[in-house]
Amino acid sequence: MNPSTRSPLTWAVHLSVLLLVLLWTMPTAGLLISSLRDKDQLAVSGWWTALATSSRNDVVRAPSAEHQVERDGKFVIAGNLLEGQGGGQISAFGFSSREPATFKPGETAELNDGERLTVQADGSFEIVSDKKMEGSRGQRIFYTAATPPRFTIDNYVEVLSAAGIGTSFLNSLTVAIPSTVIPILIAAFAAYALAWMPFPGRAILLAVVVGLLVVPLQMSLIPLLQLYNGVGAFFGVPAKTYMGIWLAHTGFGLPLAIYLLRNYMAGLPREIMESARVDGASDFDIFVKIIMPLSFPALASFAIFQFLWTWNDLLVAIVFLGAGEDSLVLTGRLVNLLGSRGGNWEILTASAFITIVVPLIVFFTLQRYLVRGLLAGSVKGG
Amino acid sequence: MQLAAAILTMIAGVAACAAYFWATSLILDWIFPSKGLSGAAASRNLRITNAIRPWLFLAPALFALTIYLIYPVVQSVWLSFHDRGGQNFVGARNYNWMINDGEFRQSIFNNFLWLLVVPALSTFFGLIIAALTDRIWWGNIAKTLIFMPMAISFVGAAVIWKFIYDYRAAGSEQIGLLNAIVVAFGGEPQAWITLPFWNNFFLMVILIWIQTGFAMVILSAALRGIPEETIEAAVIDGANGWQIFFKIMVPQIWGTIAVVWTTITILVLKVFDIVLAMTNGQWQSQVLANLMFDWMFRGGGDFGRGASIAVVIMVLVIPIMIWNIRNATKESGGH
Repeated sequence: MNPSTRSPLTWAVHLSVLLLVLLWTMPTAGLLISSLRDKDQLAVSGWWTALATSSRNDVVRAPSAEHQVERDGKFVIAGNLLEGQGGGQISAFGFSSREPATFKPGETAELNDGERLTVQADGSFEIVSDKKMEGSRGQRIFYTAATPPRFTIDNYVEVLSAAGIGTSFLNSLTVAIPSTVIPILIAAFAAYALAWMPFPGRAILLAVVVGLLVVPLQMSLIPLLQLYNGVGAFFGVPAKTYMGIWLAHTGFGLPLAIYLLRNYMAGLPREIMESARVDGASDFDIFVKIIMPLSFPALASFAIFQFLWTWNDLLVAIVFLGAGEDSLVLTGRLVNLLGSRGGNWEILTASAFITIVVPLIVFFTLQRYLVRGLLAGSVKGG
Repeated sequence: MQLAAAILTMIAGVAACAAYFWATSLILDWIFPSKGLSGAAASRNLRITNAIRPWLFLAPALFALTIYLIYPVVQSVWLSFHDRGGQNFVGARNYNWMINDGEFRQSIFNNFLWLLVVPALSTFFGLIIAALTDRIWWGNIAKTLIFMPMAISFVGAAVIWKFIYDYRAAGSEQIGLLNAIVVAFGGEPQAWITLPFWNNFFLMVILIWIQTGFAMVILSAALRGIPEETIEAAVIDGANGWQIFFKIMVPQIWGTIAVVWTTITILVLKVFDIVLAMTNGQWQSQVLANLMFDWMFRGGGDFGRGASIAVVIMVLVIPIMIWNIRNATKESGGH
């Protein structure tokens, strides 16, 4: 790196990119952190406080006078302020609501009637008096405690066992995998025909495919729903089946698949195919033995797109698979949870993370192909 | 169990597909053999098979495209002139209803807001980030992280952002990041997604968050494709960084910027999940796609009105469609 690039401008670039990256990752990080927090903490403090120790003010009532014990001629009531709270640190205490944090841990506070209160940092306290203490109500002790961060996978355990997420996870897989594989094969043959087989009307067909790329999905819903109902009634089968949604995703994914694969195949060198043809290979042989293996990068990038799209889809799934308890996919389940348990953040955050974890894994492992596919589809010839 | 059945079905389906292509190919060669025949007959058969074979390859795709995309477009237009069950012709009554319906006008207004803001900001941020990350050594890591939201479903994104916009009454501790920041600067906490008009922008932020990565990846590739000489020439002429970027680099990638812009525009027209999950169109945040979904099921479903809204979305897309087709044919013209 030459010295001139280490100018203040370079630092500005580094800083602004860092800022942008933070802006873009923070929402997801917030979800992940929240889903791992204790559900009581989750509902009362922001996730950004999760890593810091949170401080809170509270009050407890010491045991009443009848619990006192006599020790060395003095009367003592002892206990622990933080009992049953899984640790923490007392940073201040007091004995009246007007001055709840006057004393530091280890100090001794003189109470009104000759009693002395001492609180240690670990929460243990002692009230000591020279004469026998009286009264049926215990002394109130105010304190400020720092609670260490607590992380737990309880939320995930709860969600996976109860909220129907497990079933939905399977449903999503059942929808997404065939919906990814089936269109590839169909599209590959069509793309080959459009790229390398001369026939009248090829240019028009290609234009139609490009046109269909942008047809809004919404157009198809009502007619297809009617069609499915009709077919279902005619054959006496249910209208909402996995087969139905696989074919629907296939239809909706085909324009992009054909377009991507055709662009890629058209860029393959002509000589390979011609020499194979001279050797007596048929179009079918050429396709299976030469084109398919060579097109692997394009096939992979389409597969990733289609998988992400079918996994993340909500609309097609609700319409063609229904919103019944057994048939809900993950996205549909999440929408339901948002409505019915919008206040239960622990369920919502854990479910949301389960929903997005599969696409995130796919994204991070196969990003290279994804980028390549995007470029082939958008910057044509790029 | 269910998954196993799905995988079995999938294998069967793929096998059937492969069998179709293989068998039709074989049958075609059997009916019109070109090997072992004398010259004239062989070349005649070869001509016939060469004319038929492309259509065999295309048939399944054409069939699926027709059923799932072309037929629905035609049928939607037809349905939009019929009543709720689709039996009786009602002329333009659905469109008439639409024009006078307050919710529809609200949706159109909101959709135009979305169309103005989301593609512009996503492309803008994408361009800036692409330009910045190309200059630093950890640029690829930064790009991956900014690209990541693309993999997240709209519904998942809605949950993530609900957490940012969450509102607690003033005085109690805020668990939504935005309100926490507002309170830290001494402001009043707001229930962001229930503020009419402004809530549109809070929903748009989610889509911008998702789409910026897409714009960035494509624009970054385009920026790298710019010939070095043009930049060197500008440097020699004494241009500064801003001038190089806006006067030399950006004009050279206008074509790519347009592609990114239109792609996001199409997505915006179809946006539905975010609105459904965040507000379901309440507090004046309705958009066309969600309104249409609403009418498909509301009160047993009104297919006439739903279809007419779908037609409106389609009409909005048509200019982009024509532009795309013209671009594509221009490029493949030489092939």
